[in-house]
Formats: sequence, C-alpha cells, structure tokens
Amino acid sequence: MAYTSNGAAIEADEEGYLTDINQWNEDLAGQIAKDEGITMTPEHWEVVNFLREYYSEYQIAPAVRVLTKAIAKKMGPDKGNNKYLYELFPYGPGKQACKIAGLPKPTGCV
Amino acid sequence: MDDMESGIVKKFMFVNRKAPHGTVYALEVLEMVLISAAFDQDVHLAFLDDGVLQIKKGQTPAGIGVKNFSPTYRALEGYDIEKLYVEAESLAERGLTEDDLLVPVEVLSRAEMGKLMAGMDVVLTA
Amino acid sequence: MSTLHTVNKSPFERSCLDACLGHAQPGDAILLIEDAVIAALSGTAFEGKMADAAKTLKLNVLGPDLAARGLDPAKVIKGTHVVDYAGFVDLAAGTRATNAWL
Repeated sequence: MAYTSNGAAIEADEEGYLTDINQWNEDLAGQIAKDEGITMTPEHWEVVNFLREYYSEYQIAPAVRVLTKAIAKKMGPDKGNNKYLYELFPYGPGKQACKIAGLPKPTGCV
Repeated sequence: MDDMESGIVKKFMFVNRKAPHGTVYALEVLEMVLISAAFDQDVHLAFLDDGVLQIKKGQTPAGIGVKNFSPTYRALEGYDIEKLYVEAESLAERGLTEDDLLVPVEVLSRAEMGKLMAGMDVVLTA
Repeated sequence: MSTLHTVNKSPFERSCLDACLGHAQPGDAILLIEDAVIAALSGTAFEGKMADAAKTLKLNVLGPDLAARGLDPAKVIKGTHVVDYAGFVDLAAGTRATNAWL
C-alpha cells in the first residue's frame, strides 16, 4: 500500500508501516493516526516523538515493555505505565504509535 | 516453550562468532536475542572469534548499502540483557582491546568462556 | 600479465586468504573486501603473513568495507593501498584477469 503526502506517494507495507522512515512527516503521521481512529493530541505527539528519538539512537522500534520503562525513566511513572499508553493507543502503543511515528513494526511483535 | 510458560528460568547463551555485514548471521542473532527478552529467561551473550567485531565502535556501513544495526547492541540494557562476555584471545588476535567496544562487557579468557558455556541450559551458536 | 585476486572471507574463519596467497604470482594484486578487510590491519594475528605477502604482491583493501566495520584505514599494514569502488574498477581494468577466492 501507499500513502499520499504533499502530492507524493509514500510506500508502506501491507499493514501500513512505512517502508522508508526518512519519508515520514507530521502530515503523514496525522493521516496514519486517522486511519487508526486516533486524533493526535500533544500527549500522542509526546510518545510519537519519543519513539522517533529512540529509533534514531538505537535503530530499532522498542518492545512495548521496553518503551514503557523508557518513558517512565524520562517522563515519570504517570506516563510510563500501560494504562496511560493504552488509553492513548488502544490497539497497542507498540503497534499503533510506531506506525504513526513511521517506524517499522517492533521486533517480536506479531 | 512449555518451560517458559510455567515460569522456569533457564540459562540461555547466544554465542556470536561471525563478523557483521559480510553475512546476515549477526543481525539474525541480534533479533533473536531481542525476541528472547520477552520470555524472561536468563540470557547471556558471548562474543568470540570474528563475533567480537559485531560490537566494534565506529561502524558506518552506509557506504556499502547496509543498515547500521550496531547501535542496537546499546539498547540491550533496556531489554534487561546485561550479561555480555567477550573472549580476550579473540580481541588480541584482531588487534583490538576492550576500549574498541561500544557496550560494557566482561572480558573472559577462552578457558573461562568454555566453563561459562558448560554451565548453560541452552547454547545457540552462529 | 598480472591477475587481481579478490578475497571476501575473514581469514579467521576460512582458508581462502591462505589459499590465495599461496597461489598468487609475484606482481599480482590482492584486494581484500567484505569480511576479509580485517586482514589488512596491523596488530592482528595475520600481520606477519600479510607483511611477507606485501614483498611480492600489491595489497589493496576496500575503504567502504573498512568503514562499515569501524576499522581505521590509518592502521592498515604498511604498503597496503586503501581504495574506493572506483579504485576497485581501476584494479580490475589494469589486470589481465580477476580471480575471486570465495
């Protein structure tokens, strides 16, 4: 499949994860979120931006458990917990937030 | 798998023996290690022979069209995989020292590595 | 009349480099690529063997493969040329034949 952003076609795999993370932009993130039934708020962006920073440092999309722990470390336990993250991304912060952030599907995520 | 679900913790060791980038083994094992973290087992990583090159600092494979997965070894700590061992002889044969490595490791002699391996429940070498 | 020999396996793992060095003729060029580039560095267990080879053979190593592995081109054995892809082509074009020791 493919998305269209600023008139350009942007390739994605059959589940909607971008093929090339470098083609990501905020407009595209909004589109993917909409497809997922999510309206982006500053709280959503905070997690998406965190994932992009994590990817740029480690070159992987983290497992949910690892993401939760890393967010707790950086933003505190109020945000670094399953309840908070699943409220923002009901079908899983790993799957949905990674997709919106333009990252590949987390390793080991089925 | 039954053992994992019943809460029995086994000692796993992934033994890395191959240089990165020339073949796909290093990346495949790394992915397996990341997945194994989900099963809460006692995971050990050993780097010996050309495997020590996998955690060499300063890898920039963009010029050969290969993804740089070396930063991912630094993410292992966040996955609670902190038992990393490197064989001293393998470093020396390649003119490397512990300072050349991009993650904290414990350097063991070949004899010590052999003993450590012998104490594992499951050993997977690639 | 010379030959370009390419070696792409680590000498620590396979015997291709040994086989190549044992058969190459004086004046031939050797190009270390992929996992073989470790053999170009000084300070390894192969340094003596490579330094001997350098007396009769022209040793080369592919720079992008060194960079990929975080290996310092400044640390190659004396007399070894670090070449880029264009240099690879020049080596192949400048020899009568190419032999890839896979």
